[in-house]
Amino acid sequence: MYWKEFIHQCSEIGIGSLGIVVIISVFMGAVSTVQTAYQLVSPLIPKSTIAQVVRDTVILEFAPTLICIVLAGVVGSKIASELGNMRVSEQIDALEIMGINTKTYLVLPKILAALLVIPMLVIIAAGMGIWGGRLAATAANILSGATYDKGLLEGFMPYNVKFAMYKAYSFAFIISSIPAFFGYYVQGGSLEIGRASTKAVVTSCIFVLFADYLLAALLLPK
Amino acid sequence: MNDMIEVRNIKKQFGERVVIEGVTAMIRPGQCNLIIGASGSGKTVLMKCLVGLLQPDEGEVIYDGKNFTKMRPEEKTEVRKEIGMLFQGSALFDSQTVEQNVMFPLNMFTKDSYKNKMNRVNEVLDKVNLKDTNKKFPAELSGGMKKRVGIARAIVLNPKYLFCDEPNSGLDPQTSLLIDRLIKDITTEYKITTVVNTHDMNSVMEIGNYILFLHQGKKEWEGNNKQIIFNKNQKLNEFIFASEFLSDAKDMRMLEETGKIANDRNMDELTEEDAPTLIPPPIGDENKE
Repeated sequence: MYWKEFIHQCSEIGIGSLGIVVIISVFMGAVSTVQTAYQLVSPLIPKSTIAQVVRDTVILEFAPTLICIVLAGVVGSKIASELGNMRVSEQIDALEIMGINTKTYLVLPKILAALLVIPMLVIIAAGMGIWGGRLAATAANILSGATYDKGLLEGFMPYNVKFAMYKAYSFAFIISSIPAFFGYYVQGGSLEIGRASTKAVVTSCIFVLFADYLLAALLLPK
Repeated sequence: MNDMIEVRNIKKQFGERVVIEGVTAMIRPGQCNLIIGASGSGKTVLMKCLVGLLQPDEGEVIYDGKNFTKMRPEEKTEVRKEIGMLFQGSALFDSQTVEQNVMFPLNMFTKDSYKNKMNRVNEVLDKVNLKDTNKKFPAELSGGMKKRVGIARAIVLNPKYLFCDEPNSGLDPQTSLLIDRLIKDITTEYKITTVVNTHDMNSVMEIGNYILFLHQGKKEWEGNNKQIIFNKNQKLNEFIFASEFLSDAKDMRMLEETGKIANDRNMDELTEEDAPTLIPPPIGDENKE
């Protein structure tokens, strides 16, 4: 039963957010390419540098942080309102009466599912962002596809991917546990559910940004 | 005695506000036990203390001689498996169908085959007179049907104890009566110890084998549905005879009791001499001079 709930949450968080993640990532990569090209005006800098900048920006910051902030809104508000509604309509009490540990049954599968699925979404977001950058580069005639691909391979640091995953796991925990807390302990009616949902999203975003800075300060070599 | 619940000197407060204090009661096994009182008298808090949703600040709740309030969480879980509860708003899982709602406790606590579980689900749905609703979602049901699904889910594991929090709230008198009779039938048929939290006097008269009256968080009176009409407790009388109609009904019972009118006489046969205020005007004639 707990396994079933875990799979259900994986589907809700993963499949449910896939569309928005893909759309945001493609445009994020495309805009990065266009804006980097706009700023790199020196003829001394090779055009392939644009691909390098887009790659590292997407992997290091946009894919993990921006996507997780979006997910804090999409997934966080859903978790908070779902649990809040269950609390207010006594569904959580009903589960308690049945002898079910509601934190284990309702909260844990959501956190575990987020820890499994959100890093996957971040990987997809990074891939789609880099592809979106290539699409914009060729479409706007900024640089050729071959030059973009060449630039992607230049000066690649595998640690960046590792660092992005550290971020993804940390943010996944934040954007699932904070809304779960706000939703689980909500008191009152529908108005309070709305307030809890908003508070959960705002608090999650702040924590994501704080954790982003903390991880960068601690884990990036100086 | 088996299936007995004993409440000893329960006190619960939220901040400075004492909600219930010094409540002691003996819940009768295999009978319908009612906790009655005005809104805010502490009925729901007492019931939540009984089932362990709230931890009392003082006092004890004893199930079959075992102190429930002092049990470890895993021991409480074992006791709770023998408890079924109908909530005021039914508390059905919105995302699940009627069938899935009722099957939920079976899925959690039994290893029966799907076929056996399905048979049990159909059996209890049949018991609460709900057929052909298996695939419906709670949003598609009326208030009375939701309550019946709630009862079906509460009894699907054959619990020893059934707790009902305001089972008639939001229901019309006819549906309320159906729910009351259903609770009474289930209590008798399955020999369950039932505790009902209500302020509906129809329920009190219909199913109250044992009645506990709370006033401002304290036990004010206890007895049964026969004794309640003739009680001398002023606060209880203020509560139960708040409506003029019930007050008339009390007059009628008094007249029956004193032999002034025969027990089998109905209201229409009463004369002004029997009870001047007893006969309400016929429906529709209220505004006639």
